[in-house]
Amino acid sequence: MATRAEPVSRARTLGRVREVTLVRHLTVALAAGVVLYLVSNALSAFDDLQLATMGYYFVAVAGLTVLTGVNGQVSLGHGAFMAVGAYATAKLLGETGQGLPLAVVLVLAALITAVAGVVAGAAAARLRGPYLAGATLALAVGLPSLADRFPKFLGATNGLTVLPSTPPASLGADFPLERWQAWITCLGGLVTYVLLANLLRSRFGRAFRAVRDDEVAAQLAGLHVARTQILAFVVSAACAGLAGGLFVVVTQLAAPGAFQLALSVALLAGVVLGGLGSLWGAVLGAFALVMIPQWSEDLSKGLSLSGNVQANLALAVYGVVLIGVMLAAPRGLAGGLQWVHQQGRRAWSRRKEEER
Amino acid sequence: MTRFLDLTLNGIANGAIYAAVALSLVLIWRATRILNFAQAGMLMFTTFLAWTVIDHGASYWIGFLVALGSGLLLGAVIERVVIRPVEGAPPLNAVIVTLGLLVCLQALAGMIWGGNPRSFPAAFSIKGYKIGDHVVPFSPSDLFGVLVVAAVLLALLLLFRRTDLGLRMRAAAFAPEVARLLGVRVGHMFTIGWALASMAGSLAGVLVAPGVFVAPNSFDAVLVFGFTAAVLGGLESPPGAVVGGIVVGLALSYVSGYAGASVVTLGALAILVAVLMIRPNGLFAPATARRV
Repeated sequence: MATRAEPVSRARTLGRVREVTLVRHLTVALAAGVVLYLVSNALSAFDDLQLATMGYYFVAVAGLTVLTGVNGQVSLGHGAFMAVGAYATAKLLGETGQGLPLAVVLVLAALITAVAGVVAGAAAARLRGPYLAGATLALAVGLPSLADRFPKFLGATNGLTVLPSTPPASLGADFPLERWQAWITCLGGLVTYVLLANLLRSRFGRAFRAVRDDEVAAQLAGLHVARTQILAFVVSAACAGLAGGLFVVVTQLAAPGAFQLALSVALLAGVVLGGLGSLWGAVLGAFALVMIPQWSEDLSKGLSLSGNVQANLALAVYGVVLIGVMLAAPRGLAGGLQWVHQQGRRAWSRRKEEER
Repeated sequence: MTRFLDLTLNGIANGAIYAAVALSLVLIWRATRILNFAQAGMLMFTTFLAWTVIDHGASYWIGFLVALGSGLLLGAVIERVVIRPVEGAPPLNAVIVTLGLLVCLQALAGMIWGGNPRSFPAAFSIKGYKIGDHVVPFSPSDLFGVLVVAAVLLALLLLFRRTDLGLRMRAAAFAPEVARLLGVRVGHMFTIGWALASMAGSLAGVLVAPGVFVAPNSFDAVLVFGFTAAVLGGLESPPGAVVGGIVVGLALSYVSGYAGASVVTLGALAILVAVLMIRPNGLFAPATARRV
């Protein structure tokens, strides 16, 4: 713009800057960061922990959204990728937390999981629909049992524990640990958001969608279908790995019990509920994944239901959500909101015409 | 050498069960082009029903019949209520719905029966036959399993090849529009397909239950093995499913015996990926298999 000879009005420059994808997404992320900062300071320790949980769920759900929603490959195995990231984080941090610094560890965990994603993606690129779902299901069921195979290295059923990463002393002695954890996972979530939002608006994002909508047409347009699918898998796995690392930051534990099939199903429920293919949907999905267990616990306590019912209510809600959304509103909450918005606008313009 | 033979017998015994699960998946795939991930939940639920009946003092055989009958009913109801709307929709929708069903059934079973594993009786003695001084890991109960699965396969083949109903079912699956024009009630055929499949699954449930204990999610691995077997057999043919089941049973028995029981599921994953890479249509798919 600076090379242009004619003077550009300030308003137009601002408009152009806003058009730059990176700037727009950074602005959104910054605004969200400020809101999250204010919210986390206002919340109690327990609610901060919920926020921290939401943070890592968002990272995982956003990654799965890219794969399933944008690229059209279904994965029931993302709990397994979270496990890879979690174990990598626990191993790199070390039991005493004397290993590498946390930020480096989290990036490494994402990279290690991305490598696992290359392997899985290369196999997945040859599989379609139900076959892919079945293969990733096998991954989700099979991988956690590796911890039993290598008890010394992976800690068998008890898993690996790490010390909590404490907030820096400059924040004050009574700064709650939960708030610090919420900051870490929300920062991870914001970074993920900016990276994914940019990716989806780029050449690669368009390629993902093109391959999802019509493989033959995408091939005719010069896209390498398998390579595109593997790339989507790698991006998605890296997100799951980061989410697994953040999970360890919050829970201080990487154990096979946390990464059963139920986790993979919950992540898919988050994606489906939020609306396949939208990052905003992923935010809604992550919110739902935190609040559904909470609400169902409150509900079963309020109705004084038995322990068995209480323990399974959240799972039942996930199942009903998966079925109900697919039968009633295949585009999920985000799609529903969009629909309401469109209807509202249509009604608005109709009224305006009538006024004329 | 004895160990190898033991593992082989054990593999055949387990393979019969995986074959029954594979049969149930294949029947549903043939009828509606849907891979039924809810099968693990359905057979778990009917096995729990059988357990309840037996626990209240009824004989094993009453429980056995309860499992099969409830399986028949459950399959029909599920097809009519939740599967019908996603038939013909993009495959992803059906995958998600059956997965939701799986989770619902597991949660429901957890609410009713709790999470503690229950031991389930076997039809016959589970002590292996004695050959000389050596006790082989193949019991009268295992023999019963193999024979029952063989009988089911035979019955299905007769149904599909020799009866009018079987012909209608095949027509409905392979050319729904034409079948409808010729007066076949296609929807009814799909419901019958699901009901029969679900019954085969229930059979697998009661056969495998003595070995794994009955708990809401104790059949997840069986589903993976059954799926592997079904894919190995090409997802289309019942005999393929049975052969696939036996092959998977044998392979996993060797994996378990020589590499450790905890990597069995990953072994199944390896077989699955290998088969899908080398022969994506399975070993038994007909030459004119439809592209999916």
